[in-house]
Amino acid sequence: MKLKEIAAVLNATTSCGADKLEEEVEMGYSSDLMSDVLTLDTDNLILITGLVNLQAIRTAEMADIRAIVFVRNKRATEQMIELALENGMCILESPYSLFKSSGLLFQAGLKPIY
Amino acid sequence: MKLLFSIQGGDFTHAGHPSSEVKKVLKQLDIDGKTIKNIVIALYEAEVNVVAHAWKGTVSVEIDENKITIWVEDEGPGIADIDLAMQAGYSTASTKVRAMGFGAGMGLPNMKKNADELLIESEVDKGTKVKMVNYF
Repeated sequence: MKLKEIAAVLNATTSCGADKLEEEVEMGYSSDLMSDVLTLDTDNLILITGLVNLQAIRTAEMADIRAIVFVRNKRATEQMIELALENGMCILESPYSLFKSSGLLFQAGLKPIY
Repeated sequence: MKLLFSIQGGDFTHAGHPSSEVKKVLKQLDIDGKTIKNIVIALYEAEVNVVAHAWKGTVSVEIDENKITIWVEDEGPGIADIDLAMQAGYSTASTKVRAMGFGAGMGLPNMKKNADELLIESEVDKGTKVKMVNYF
C-alpha cells in the first residue's frame, strides 16, 4: 500500500514526511512495546502504535522502519518530529484506536509480519 | 576507528544517541544494511538497559577492517543471575521503564540474537560490562 492510501484509510494527518506519501509499504506491525518491534527481522513495514515518545522514533530508526502511525489521536512532539525528519521518516496521526486502525489496514490489504 | 560516548541512568531522551551515531558511521563505511541493523539494535538494547537500570555508563566502539567491537560498561546494581536475565521475558524493569515501551525481558536475548559474539560480566552493586562483536 502507498502511505497516502494508509493515511486515507485511517483518516490520518501527516505530521512529517509528506514527500514520502507515494512510497509503498508491504506490511504492518501494531505494538506499544518497542522491545517487540526490535525483534523483527523485516523492515519494509509501517509501525502502528499508541506509544508516543522519542524512543518510538529511535526504535524505528534502529529497525530501519521508515513510517509510523500514531493512533488514539496522539500527537508527536516537536522533538520527535525533528528526529523523524533527520531520519527521513513519515509520521501519520490517526484518531482511531490501535484495534480499529489495524483492522482497517488489514482489510485494505496491508500484510501482517506473522 | 574509535568512538566513545557516555550514558546517564534514567535519561530516556538521549538513549539511542550512540546507536544513531554508530549507524551513521557504518553507513559511511558502506557496511551491508542487514549487518548495520544487527549491530545498532544490539547496541540500542544495551543502551536502554543502562538507562533503565544503571546510574551511568559508557559506550566504547572500535571499528576495524572486518569487525566492530562494542563495550558497554555501567556503574549500577549489576545482574545477580546472568543466566536468568538471559531468559526471554525475565525482567526487573520499573513501571516507568515499561511505560517507555521497554522492560519486557527481551533486551538481553535480543542482544544475543543480533551480536555475533556477546560477553556479559557483572558484579552486584558495582556494575555490568558487556562486550559485543560483529563481523562484516
